[in-house]
Amino acid sequence: MSAFRQSVEAMIPALRRYARALARDADIADDLVQDTLVRALRSEKLFLGGDIRSWLYTILTNLNKNRRRSLARRPQFMPLLDNNPDASGTEAEGRDIARALSTLVEEQRAVLLLVILEGMSYREVAEIQGVPIGTVMSRLARARAHVKASLEGERPALRRVK
Amino acid sequence: MTDRTIPVTEDELHAYVDDELPAERRGDVEAWLAAYPEDAERVQSWRAMAEALHARYDQVANEPVPQRLELERLEREPRRWIYGSIAAALIAFVAGGGLGWLARGEADTPAPLQSFTVDALDAHRLYVVEVRHPVEVPGSERAHLQQWLTKRCGWDVRAPELASAGLKLVGGRLLPGPKGPASFLMYESSSGERFTIYTAKSATEATQMRYTTLDNDSAMFWTDRGVGYVVSGGSDRERLTQVARAVYEQVEKSGS
Repeated sequence: MSAFRQSVEAMIPALRRYARALARDADIADDLVQDTLVRALRSEKLFLGGDIRSWLYTILTNLNKNRRRSLARRPQFMPLLDNNPDASGTEAEGRDIARALSTLVEEQRAVLLLVILEGMSYREVAEIQGVPIGTVMSRLARARAHVKASLEGERPALRRVK
Repeated sequence: MTDRTIPVTEDELHAYVDDELPAERRGDVEAWLAAYPEDAERVQSWRAMAEALHARYDQVANEPVPQRLELERLEREPRRWIYGSIAAALIAFVAGGGLGWLARGEADTPAPLQSFTVDALDAHRLYVVEVRHPVEVPGSERAHLQQWLTKRCGWDVRAPELASAGLKLVGGRLLPGPKGPASFLMYESSSGERFTIYTAKSATEATQMRYTTLDNDSAMFWTDRGVGYVVSGGSDRERLTQVARAVYEQVEKSGS
């Protein structure tokens, strides 16, 4: 197997993690990863060196953006209630963070996940999104503020009227 | 209090949490956090957020990779749209006379694409040496340039942002192409090396990127959604690949 293929293969678990958090649906997430891999294999010739890791995240981020653009024309269905009384503390926490993520706009969610979950540098994220570093930082700041507010709002005891 | 130091900004707090802060500033931020509990609480909440994200999603990376994501499988059974583009390329090849196997070792290059690339390289050579009038519309009028070329050519002509490759848009012009108009954009680095991007309508729907060289110039070319792209530059193949890749990615990004 070529070095290129090996590098791509080594990235699959991390791509799945990013896609799952980005799309919040296991099937859609793996579809995104699959399309990313197909596109990467197809474009192997383009890669004489360079950072395969950022490149794969770039493809996946763009595919998700395109997917959402086409979804925007269809109505969205959200579960009315997804309370699970049996959930343990960690599961409930996981549900909270997933729900908080879902309230973010697309670009902010991607920045938050790339920086926090995938450990990318601000510079790498700027390249992935094709924006200046300042934009990455302001998206990150807004995402954190939003998620923080959302997590605090989720706990009834702390709910307050602004 | 930390009156000796410059106040810490919100950006710096984020950079501190994300390990992006210059080492010499860390001490200042830590002193700041000790003095401002509200900021310390915020930093703490961001750390908790990171932990919650990892706790929720790291397990995904530890799951066994599903079969449908195995690379060998993906190569054996690519999704149908790939077959589609290969078929389109073959049809164009056959329609191009079947004698597409051309000179200069470009054995797998369909003939129409080949002549098209030669056109682009000719334009490249003609205009890169031009000092005073290399373009009709200067790069300072990027929006107007794109609008004008898009209108005349009939497909979306966008001048990619190539600052990451150290290139600035010089401008562009309209040229006669093999089948109607072609757009021609020129870029320049601070050291004066010039690259051009030529686009024209292509009979081929989509192909992989290819490379060709002619004397001291070389070109990377491909087609995407029926539009052919030729990025031409000097003889440095690696440099050209870097530029072509940046162009390719932006074209891909702007597409549907």
